[in-house]
Amino acid sequence: MNAVLAAIALLILASAGIALTLRNIVRSVILLVVTWFGIAAFYLWAGAEFVAFAQVLVYGGAVSMVVLFAVLLVRHGKAGVAETPAPSGRIVSALLAGGAIAGALAGAVALTPLAPAAGPAPFAPVRHIGVLLLNTHAASLLAAGAILTVALLGGVVLAAGGGPEKEDGP
Amino acid sequence: MSTLQACLLLSSLLFSIGLAVAIARSSAILVLMGIELMLNAASMNFIAFWRFGPNPEAATGVLFALFAIAVAAAEAAVGLALVIALYRHQRTIRLQEATRLKG
Amino acid sequence: MPHAEPWLERAPLLLRDAVNALLPAPARWWVDSFLDIAVLLGVFGLLFAFLTLAERKVLGRIQNRPGPNRAGWGGVLQPFADGIKMLTKEDIVPRLADPILHFAAPVALVAFSLMSFAVIPYGRHLLALDMDSGVLYFFAAGASSELAVFMAGWSGRNKYSLLAAMRALAQLISYELPLLLSFVPVVMISGSLSPSAIVTAQGGWHLGFIPRWNVLTPWGFAGFAIFMVASLAESNRSPFDLPEAESELIAGHLTEYSGFKYALFFMAEYFGMCALGGMAVTLFLGGWQAPCAFLGFIPSYAWFGAKLLALLLGFIWIRATLPRLRIDQLTRFAWKFLVPLALVNLVTVGFWHLSASWSRGFDPLRWAIAIALVVIPFVAMGRRLSAGLGPRTYRFAAQ
Repeated sequence: MNAVLAAIALLILASAGIALTLRNIVRSVILLVVTWFGIAAFYLWAGAEFVAFAQVLVYGGAVSMVVLFAVLLVRHGKAGVAETPAPSGRIVSALLAGGAIAGALAGAVALTPLAPAAGPAPFAPVRHIGVLLLNTHAASLLAAGAILTVALLGGVVLAAGGGPEKEDGP
Repeated sequence: MSTLQACLLLSSLLFSIGLAVAIARSSAILVLMGIELMLNAASMNFIAFWRFGPNPEAATGVLFALFAIAVAAAEAAVGLALVIALYRHQRTIRLQEATRLKG
Repeated sequence: MPHAEPWLERAPLLLRDAVNALLPAPARWWVDSFLDIAVLLGVFGLLFAFLTLAERKVLGRIQNRPGPNRAGWGGVLQPFADGIKMLTKEDIVPRLADPILHFAAPVALVAFSLMSFAVIPYGRHLLALDMDSGVLYFFAAGASSELAVFMAGWSGRNKYSLLAAMRALAQLISYELPLLLSFVPVVMISGSLSPSAIVTAQGGWHLGFIPRWNVLTPWGFAGFAIFMVASLAESNRSPFDLPEAESELIAGHLTEYSGFKYALFFMAEYFGMCALGGMAVTLFLGGWQAPCAFLGFIPSYAWFGAKLLALLLGFIWIRATLPRLRIDQLTRFAWKFLVPLALVNLVTVGFWHLSASWSRGFDPLRWAIAIALVVIPFVAMGRRLSAGLGPRTYRFAAQ
């Protein structure tokens, strides 16, 4: 079981790490989509089947498409989709910040006495999740629906409206 | 190291990578992707604690991850619409150059 | 009647157990999975080969020409001749193309479309993977294939294929919505996302002879119609084959593909069509259930196959008869007609579920209300959709 977890971790970390370094935005985005698939595999490994497929459906199917459309709708300077890199000071500080956070979190994880329940993966049937969603968490479900609707409307207004098109030559 | 700790370590590493992406990249789209990665790392923690936690019947971690996915989708939609609006007004999505609030 | 189950029904299981018995116990799980995969690949690979032939033959018959009839007896060897041709063609990768993505796109597409075969129950005992949320898995695998379309269009470094890919994605995303909304009623009624449970829920007969299939209820019929239209669009079939309209565009996002990679795209298209057809059979047409009680002696997988082939023939027939839509008509049809209709269908099924406890005397009223809930929005929105479109006048063509 731990071998499976190690393979999933390798997939997630390698794809995210390479995506961090690539100049080409489209390749970066596609690698990040691979990371999302890896995270879905992690959910599947942990027994949260429904969440895993929701992750694939939402991230692999919807969010990735929105991101790729955005990549294609904006122009990234003369070099097509290659990104002009940030100043090197920022890259160094980003790596330092990331490393510091990683170190702090890893230390916290290592030092905290956790008592994980041993045993087989729990199973959350869809029916059970649905009952919980519609009874105990109905208010949160409604709030999530409202947020999604407002976000959709806001996204359409922002992307479609927004004053006259400024045309510039190629 | 227990399996739970391995899971938490994985998600904290992913969180750090997401943070580094959000800070180091200059394209607004990739910054958004970095933020999405951090959100995903948080959901992974929820699932890990649900998997190894004492009370999996309540399925709180699963529900939290589901809500996080829904809200992250909303965030992506609005964020990318903002990116497109920014590009329309200022012809750039490099965050260093987008320094004006007026369109 | 588990004890009186006919021999043919259990034949695939017996065959599998016979193979398994030859092997040591630890290897059984692997061999089981491997056998499932091999059988699925073999059956659907052959189905793909002969579907291309059937499509060309049926199209030829409808268009009053013989169709392929040279290779083998009456043309039966045509698919294999095509395969050899595709395999031996030169595989061209443009110089400026992104080689990794160019290679990964067809592979990812075929992989995702094959993955969706895993959860369809082909027979009473024939189900590769019985998952609690199998329907969600199916549509997640289908949604991931959009990524492959983008990769194909982008990697060729060709602006026409890129534009075509964006258009294809607009179509796929637009029709994803009615596709997903149209099966929600089935899930609401059967209370499960597991395909096998959905099929079981459709067992039995009304009045002893009308099967309890979902398609034979008002909401089920509407859902089935929406599902079929949306799956035509999702699998890029005519009249929604805008992504690669071979007679108008230069094959859209497939422009830079040749040889076997091009064949892989076609394979994925046919696999997607088979998978969506299989899911339609599962969700609406009672899966492997026999239509009449006295026909139960025919094995369940034969019923599934017959229903699937009938749907595929319908796909081919539609391709031969309907003209292609324009891109604006296509997206307008999805957003202004199919999506609202699917949403109204949710109300209909809610009513159907709540009125299930009415006494039998109210049954005609229940049916009337449900049918009205389906027909009235259909007519009203159809009117609005075609408003302002009079009969077409031909200004320049000779009358």
